[in-house]
Parts: sequence; C-alpha cells; structure tokens
Amino acid sequence: MNKPQRKRWLTNSTREALTCYLFLLPWGIGFLAFVLGPVAASFVLGFMDYSIVTPPRFIGLDNYIELFTSDDRFGMSMGNTLYYVLVFVPLHIVVALLLALLLNQKVRGIAVYRTLFYVPSIVPIVAGAILWVWILQPEWGLINSTLRLIGIKGPLWLASLTWSKPALILMALWGSGSAMIIVLAGLQGVPQHLYEAAEIDGANHWQRFQHVTVPMLSPTLFFILVLSVIASFQVFTTAYVMTGGGPAESTLFYMLYLYRRAFVLLNMGYAASMAWILFVGVLALTLFQFKLANRWVYYEAEQN
Amino acid sequence: MIRDQAIGSQTDREIHPRARRRPLYRLLGRLSAHTLLVMGAIIFALPFVWMVSTSLKADRQIFAWPPVWLPDPFIWGNYPAVFIYAPLHQYFFNTLTIALAHVFGAVITCSLAAYGFARVRAPGRDIIFMVMVSQMMVPYIVTLVPLYLLFARFDWVDTFLPLTVPAILGTPFYIFMLRQFFLTIPMELEEAAIIDGASRLSIWWKIILPLAKPALATVAIFSFMFAWNDFTGPLIFLNSREKFTLSLGLQAFMFERRTMWGPLMAASTMMIVPILVVFFLAQKHFIQGIALTGIKA
Repeated sequence: MNKPQRKRWLTNSTREALTCYLFLLPWGIGFLAFVLGPVAASFVLGFMDYSIVTPPRFIGLDNYIELFTSDDRFGMSMGNTLYYVLVFVPLHIVVALLLALLLNQKVRGIAVYRTLFYVPSIVPIVAGAILWVWILQPEWGLINSTLRLIGIKGPLWLASLTWSKPALILMALWGSGSAMIIVLAGLQGVPQHLYEAAEIDGANHWQRFQHVTVPMLSPTLFFILVLSVIASFQVFTTAYVMTGGGPAESTLFYMLYLYRRAFVLLNMGYAASMAWILFVGVLALTLFQFKLANRWVYYEAEQN
Repeated sequence: MIRDQAIGSQTDREIHPRARRRPLYRLLGRLSAHTLLVMGAIIFALPFVWMVSTSLKADRQIFAWPPVWLPDPFIWGNYPAVFIYAPLHQYFFNTLTIALAHVFGAVITCSLAAYGFARVRAPGRDIIFMVMVSQMMVPYIVTLVPLYLLFARFDWVDTFLPLTVPAILGTPFYIFMLRQFFLTIPMELEEAAIIDGASRLSIWWKIILPLAKPALATVAIFSFMFAWNDFTGPLIFLNSREKFTLSLGLQAFMFERRTMWGPLMAASTMMIVPILVVFFLAQKHFIQGIALTGIKA
C-alpha cells in the first residue's frame, strides 16, 4: 500500500465517492445489461417482426394493430385474466383479513395455528400445482370423493369450461398465508387505546371493526391490493402446469399466451408488444388505485 | 411457531375489553373462535395430509372410494419409484447450485451495494438509489424476450448462467431491505473505525456484516426460496433434462405420467420438505422479513 502517495492524489471525499461507486458497480452492471438495455430493446422490438430465424424487420405499429383488431386470442386471454383478477383479488383480501382476525386472538396454541395457515403459501408453486391437480381430480380426488360422501356429484374442475378458472382460484386462495401475516402485523399495530375509547363511546363489536380496525388497517389492505393486482395479472405457472391453458383455452391467461407467442411460435416482436401492453395497462391501473386511495386509505401521519 | 414478538406486536398488551363481558358470552365467543380456528386449520392442512397419505399408498388404495386416509399397508415404494422416471437427485443438486448463487448475491453483492447506499457518500448517490427503486417496478415480462435474445447471443441458453449471473450481480429488493436495516445501525461504531484508519471495505466486512446478521438471514432465506421455487426462469432458459431444476423436472414428470399419483405425490413431498425444514429452522427471520416489507411499503 502506498498510502501517502495516494493521499496527495485523491482527497478523502473523492476516495469515499470512488469507494461508493465501486460498491454499487456490480448492481450497476446488472442494471444496465439485464434491465435498462432489455427494457429499451423490448420497446423497439414491439415495432419489429422478428422470429429469430430471419433478421428483424421494422413494421411500425403492425403488431399493435394486429393485437387489437384481428387477434381473437388476445382478447380472450385478456378476458380470462380479468376474470381471474376480479374474482381472485377480492377473495384473497377477504380470506387474508378473516384469517388474520381469527389469528389475532389470545387463545392457547395460536402460534401453531398461525404456522398452519401460513405454510401453504411457501410451498413451491409447481409442487403445490401438482398436488392440487390430484385434489381436483374429478373421480378420485379429495374434493369430489368428499362431495360424493354427502351425495353431491362434483364438477369436472380442471376439465370443465366453467370450473377451470374457479379451480385455479381456489388453489391460489390456499396460499393466502403471506398476505395474512402482513394483515396480522397491521392488526397488531392498531393501538389498543383506540378500541377502549370506542367502547367507552358505546361502540359495539361491528362498529369497532368498522370505525377503528378498517381505517387503521387500510394502508396494509391497500398495499396487499396493489401487489396482488400486479401479481394476478401475471398469473402463469399454475395454469401452465395444471391445465396448459385448456380446456378449450378457458385458462389461456395473458402471460400464457405471451409465452406461447414468444417461445413456442418464436414471434419475439409480437410478444414484446404484448408485454408492453400489459406493463402500461397494469401501471395505469396501479396509478389509478393510488389516486383512489386518497378516498379510503387512512394515513395517521397526515391527519395529525 | 409464529409468535407475537416475531410479527412485531406489543407483547404487554392490555386485557382486551371483551374479557370484561359476562362469563357465558365469553365462553361462547371462545368456543366459536376455537371451532373456526380448528376448521380453518383442517382445511389448510388437509391437502398436505392427503399428499403424504397418497405417497404411501398402493394404487388400489389411491383409487378407492370412500377415500382412504391411513395407508394399509404403508408402501414406501413410491419414493424410490420417482427416481426411475425423474432423476430427482440431479434436479436437487441443480436447484441447490442455483439457489446458493442467489444467496451469495443477496448476502455479499447486495449488502455491499446496500452499505454504499446507506453510508458511503458520493455525488449522485441518492439519484442512483431512486433509479434502483424504480427498477423494482419494472415487471419481469418486459425484459423477458430481449433477455432471452441476449443470453442466446452469449450462448448462455441451456446453462445456469442466465439464472445465476443476474442474481449474483444484485437484486434491488434485497439491496433496499438491507439498506433500510443498515440505516438503523449506530454511526458511532464506524466512526471509531474510520479514525483508526480502517477502509470502508473492512468496516463493511468486520463491523456491518456481523451486526446485520438478522437482516442478512432474512434476505438469504428470501433469495433461497425464490430460486428454489422459480419455474418461469428455468422453463425459458433450460432445455436439456440433466440441467433441469426440481420445479421444471417435476412439471415434466407430471406431464409425462399424469396418472402415477403415488410417485407424483412422493416427488412433491420431497420437493416441499426442504422448504419446510428451512422454514422451521429460521421462521423468526422469515416472518420478521415479511412483516417488515409489508409495513415499510
């Protein structure tokens, strides 16, 4: 180390700055090469016709025009995805909230119950999907065998046009544990004195829930809402593993269709434009949710 | 077990107002709460019981009505049978290799960057930090197609490199979490070391990392779980069977032998067990991490 010599060259603050940049360098390389570059490339690709075997060809807005005017699967996959989002997200939040309320009690063995409700959400998604294909199996699966015990003939689930999407949603709800833990943390952060004050004012159970718990919990619920909308627009793995998009494309979700376009049909440009449509759509929806949030999300700090 | 302290609640809470109610009402409330808890627990746990039970049954009991819960006799044969159709040990080592690269990235590269963002001063640092935060908003799908083309050009497709190199270079989410934690470490500890002439690198290694063990454990677990469970990445970047991860191998196994429920359930059980072991060994960090991300955002 020739420290004295270096000190003449570099002041302390320059050295500090260089150290900082050096520490950020690995992430910076990754960001430029694997995020910023690809985002730009993806945008450009959206205006190209590119199928790997032939060189890319600029076609302007043709991909987008084809998507919105002549591609039936685009509309159908978007419809399937909207169905999934609109049914799953509210149920997911309600289940997480109910479980969290149930688990926010002082009863014996509560830690065991919390663990039990939480564990399904950490199960590897493919292992969980295979398990649920068996549970939903129409003849010998757990659900239909049990229904048969009480004299009900269960639906065909994953093989049925009407029940395939509800079946996937049912499976996804089984994994509500991680949202439940976040709500539980929110519940435990509600100051006890607010409940006491409400009770002194004569508020009953429901009123305390409505006027204390819900507002105090609204930032947490909003956080879960935003994240689960973003995640469920990108639903892919369960459908890929459990149904492959069937039957009759009733579970062909947006991401699954995008995957097929890109990696089965090798329409790279087309897939890139599909990705941008989803990205911009979900981003707009998220911003819209933030705008709406002013009306129902209560932030303590603002009010004081 | 997931205790109150783990989630970050006040442990010395006052007695809930409900406790002041009449005894009968209280008893009924307790009973219904307990009944609901037990019912919910059964619903959430039954799939696991069913999975393990199926994996230990002979075919004539798997395809039986009414459903049989307790295998009679217990058959272990489904477990070795898996390896005839799918080299699970190979998949296991592949997955472990990729997951360890992710853990290395989270604990070393991410914490280095997080330390830079938290403590080391440089012009433009906070702007770079905002860039990193906005990177978290970019969904995977937007970069997926160009990434594939890029890795194809590098000749990286069907190697572990597309699944490991980006993770080794650092993941914004872990950098963000670690930075938040580093900001809570008292500055005095470092100041003393700086006066003694220690370099930033040795401060990070000798002072910050030992103090940040809980946060490092959290990001290590998160990154391990992510890599262990990831399906989309391996699906897109891996082609040859001997490079498959557990997720991909298990999916191929089911695709080819859709009715072999005994071995399939044995394979699922074997994939889930390591995750459960990690969870039970480290659940304190786990739950704290999840609660932390939830509250911070």
